[in-house]
Amino acid sequence: MKFAIALYSPAHAPSSRRALLFAQAALAGGHEIVRLFFYQDGVHSASSNVVTPQDELDVPAQWRDFVTQHQLDGVVCIAAGLRRGVLNTQEAERYSRPAANLAEPWDLSGLGQLHDAVQAADRLICFGGP
Amino acid sequence: MPKSLLIISRQSPWSGPSAREALDIALAGGAFDLPLGMLFMDDGVLQLMPSQRAGALQQKDITANLQALSMFGVEDLFACHTSLAERGLSPTELSVEPLQVLRDQDIAALIDRYDQVITI
Repeated sequence: MKFAIALYSPAHAPSSRRALLFAQAALAGGHEIVRLFFYQDGVHSASSNVVTPQDELDVPAQWRDFVTQHQLDGVVCIAAGLRRGVLNTQEAERYSRPAANLAEPWDLSGLGQLHDAVQAADRLICFGGP
Repeated sequence: MPKSLLIISRQSPWSGPSAREALDIALAGGAFDLPLGMLFMDDGVLQLMPSQRAGALQQKDITANLQALSMFGVEDLFACHTSLAERGLSPTELSVEPLQVLRDQDIAALIDRYDQVITI
C-alpha cells in the first residue's frame, strides 16, 4: 500500500514518535511511503537545532536518519516553517535572518506537495492533530 | 479521477494558526481544481460566527477568506449540527454560505464518501 504521512506536532510530542514508528513499520511491512509532509508545529520535528538530552530519544535525528537511509521524500511546509522560524539557507537569506535550521534531507515546499501526496497515496495518515 | 479530500477544521479561529492553516489547505487544493470538502466541527464552528471583532485581539479575521472558498472552487462546505448546538449557535445566522448543517449520522456518511480525510 502507498502511504502519505502528515505530521503536525513538534519533536517532543508523543505523536511525533508515533509517526516515526508508524513510518518505520510501514516500510518494514513492505509498504511504500510516497511522501512525508510536516505541517503546523510538525515543522519543528525537522529542525536541525533541536538539542535532546542525552538520555532521551532524539526524534529529529531519527527522522533525519530514517529519511536519508530510505531516500524518502521529506517535505516541510514552507508557510508553516516561515511562521515558526524553521528556515533553510535560501529562506534565511531571503528574509535576512541570522541562521538556517533546516538542511538535508528535508525540502521546504508548498501545500501543493500535500495535495500531490494525497493524490498519489492510497491512504493519508495524519499524526498530531486535534 | 482525482481523489477527493475532506478537510475537517476543528479549532477555534483565535486559538492559534490552526484555522488559518486548515483554510490554506483548502485554498491550495482549490487552486489545483481538486474535489474538496470542508467540515467545521467542535470549536471549528466558531469560525462561522458572524460579526467577529478580530481587531480587538490584534488578529486577522479569516471570515472573508472563508466566504471566498466557493470562488476558489471549494463549494462543499459543511458544519456539525451538534457542535453548533453545544455552542449556542444558530444554523441560520452563520457567516459562510452555502453551508450544509449535518447531524452526526450524516457526518459519518460524509466522511465515508471522501477518499481521504485530513483533520486540523
